[in-house]
Amino acid sequence: MIRMNFVRNHVLVCAGTGCVAAKSKEIMDEFQLQLEKQGLTDEVKVILTGCFGLCALGPIVVVYPEGAFYSELKVEDIATIVEEHILKGRVVKGLLYHETVQEGSDTISGLNETSFYKKQVRVSLRNCGVIDPENIDEYIAYDGYEALAKCLTEMTPEAVIDEILKSGLRGRGGGGFPTGLKWQFAAREKSDIKYICCNADEGDPGAFMDRSVLEGDPHNIIESMAIAGYAIGASQGYIYVRAEYPIAVERMNIAIAQAKEYGFLGQNIFGTGFNFDLEVRLGAGAFVCGEETALMMSIEGNRGEPNPRPPFPAVKGLFGKPTVLNNVETFTNITWILLHGAEAFAAMGTEKSKGTKVFALGGNITNTGLVEVPMGITLREIVDEIGGGVPNGKAFKAAQTGGPSGGCIPCELLDIPIDYDSLISIGSMMGSGGLIVMDEDSCMVDIAKFFLDFTVEESCGKCTPCRIGTKRMLDILEKISEGHGTMEDICALEELSAHIKENSLCGLGQTAPNPVASTLAHFRDEYEAHVLEKRCPAGVCKNLLQYFIIPEKCVGCTLCKRVCPTDAIVGEVKQVHEIIQEKCIKCDACREACKKFNAIVKR
Amino acid sequence: MAKTIEELRAIREKMRGQIDLRQKGEDNLRVVVGMATCGIAAGARPVLHAFTEEVRRRGLNNVTVGQAGCIGLCQFEPIVEVYAPDAEKVTYVNMDAEKAARVVAEHLVNNRVVAEYTVGAVEGLK
Repeated sequence: MIRMNFVRNHVLVCAGTGCVAAKSKEIMDEFQLQLEKQGLTDEVKVILTGCFGLCALGPIVVVYPEGAFYSELKVEDIATIVEEHILKGRVVKGLLYHETVQEGSDTISGLNETSFYKKQVRVSLRNCGVIDPENIDEYIAYDGYEALAKCLTEMTPEAVIDEILKSGLRGRGGGGFPTGLKWQFAAREKSDIKYICCNADEGDPGAFMDRSVLEGDPHNIIESMAIAGYAIGASQGYIYVRAEYPIAVERMNIAIAQAKEYGFLGQNIFGTGFNFDLEVRLGAGAFVCGEETALMMSIEGNRGEPNPRPPFPAVKGLFGKPTVLNNVETFTNITWILLHGAEAFAAMGTEKSKGTKVFALGGNITNTGLVEVPMGITLREIVDEIGGGVPNGKAFKAAQTGGPSGGCIPCELLDIPIDYDSLISIGSMMGSGGLIVMDEDSCMVDIAKFFLDFTVEESCGKCTPCRIGTKRMLDILEKISEGHGTMEDICALEELSAHIKENSLCGLGQTAPNPVASTLAHFRDEYEAHVLEKRCPAGVCKNLLQYFIIPEKCVGCTLCKRVCPTDAIVGEVKQVHEIIQEKCIKCDACREACKKFNAIVKR
Repeated sequence: MAKTIEELRAIREKMRGQIDLRQKGEDNLRVVVGMATCGIAAGARPVLHAFTEEVRRRGLNNVTVGQAGCIGLCQFEPIVEVYAPDAEKVTYVNMDAEKAARVVAEHLVNNRVVAEYTVGAVEGLK
């Protein structure tokens, strides 16, 4: 048989962190093996790509040109796909993402028609799940490095900054400061050396959008940082990424090497005389290093602790030089704005918040994953439509945005349009984009305690309000959840919240009370139930719970007695059993064991 | 080697040809080759190769070449179907590599159906 050099199928295997954990590497190897077996290796290209966003259904594989979206694959499914789909051309419907299959029809609907993707607008994540992140040519195919070429050859630095200003882009790392202004301040400083930093120290529990961009579209960050360098007059950049993201670090380093080889980093880029170089710096996983002044301390080789501002980094930043520090997601928008124009960007979103925002959707939600939506969409649309609602028939209770710096948003506020200002007005914040959904079984005191526990651990200890104040708040929360709380404790929590917010040195401390303050504002009745009635309405706080056997339902099967680890259950065969409260450790094992009769309840 | 802007754009053009496969346009033509056991036995693979090779050589970005299972007319394999937006499906029968090249040139490029290869031209089939 004559072999010809053509490719008729592209198999895109998701290599985002979620899918890699779900064995997508093995799936890729199996594809190669099966393709070899069928003699199809010359006709089919298997490509590792970045996150598709629908992490709950990983590992994910998309086969083009059909655009068949296979989800939840197992290694043993691959032989079927290769034989049926790739060799014989019959899409294996049983393995497709169920929403793309239409009953009684042979056509598969596109991904963009599924409820998960329908309302999404992909700007920041536009290349994730589309290109091979380890191949610079694929990035170039999707207009990569064109924005840099355009800036260097057709635009003055002032014009670049103007364009970013006009777009209305605001920092995606949490604070929401206008990016163009930040650049303008740094550009106006007179200095022979300036720096560009990329904040990839994504530390919020449950947030993984920056990680996905670094893993799925690393060249986008390189290009945008070079553009920022041109705009403010910097020739050196640093990407500060946490060492816990090994795939991201590896792909970033590959991308930097490729960009250097092509001359998109280094001396005399595109023959214009502009020089820019980039290095990766690894963080050791301290949450406070996501704060800009602490991050720069860490790059300099010092202990990662924040410094008072002013002076702001734009004036006196890294190594004492004017520095622009932007978050990963902010940078991903830069290339898009310069390719499509500030007007197109400003056309998306609300009056004060332009463009899109990526959220890492997690918690009690059907479609766990990464979603990118236009600003101004309501939380209800994200949770119910894109997220597919709360699973297992449970009721929605609250959504938590902004991680340890944010707050809990109750059901009645789900219809507010999401932007920077509206979230702050209800006591939460955009943060970096973690979005955790909680169902009726979540206790708000417990949630507040969880986040406070995190900030107490991560507080660097430099300033007193944060170091001692958060610890005292945590102590009070523990007291309440153990059933020893008083109404004075609730007042003390409110007072401490206000103090810590006003007096802490950096963003970590200033926002640390938000989880407590917002749950107190929206779920005060739950705190009061813990304090006044010594009761945890959601049934989470163990000290406030008791397990009982309902005598009418107990048949005396002895199952509960056998699973109890502390011998807290007494009773003979075929006689009603009883729980000795003093011995019970509330492990829930007996209730689980009694699912058949439901004779054991907690209250 | 440091690249110039011209070289950057040349890479892009070259790569675009390869990634077109992943982008579905509105005006796409779809060529589907019957690749069930009967089709493969009758020589569908060289036909499929001829189509993809010819489409690639001519740089036809609006054409995707795919496969299907048994169409049900096994005695006329290899069978190829061409789907165009707003047009009836055209079914070619008893195809080979040379006929494939002609279908690409006349039908896909110039929008003239090669009537003599179609199923309607086969005797005895009503």
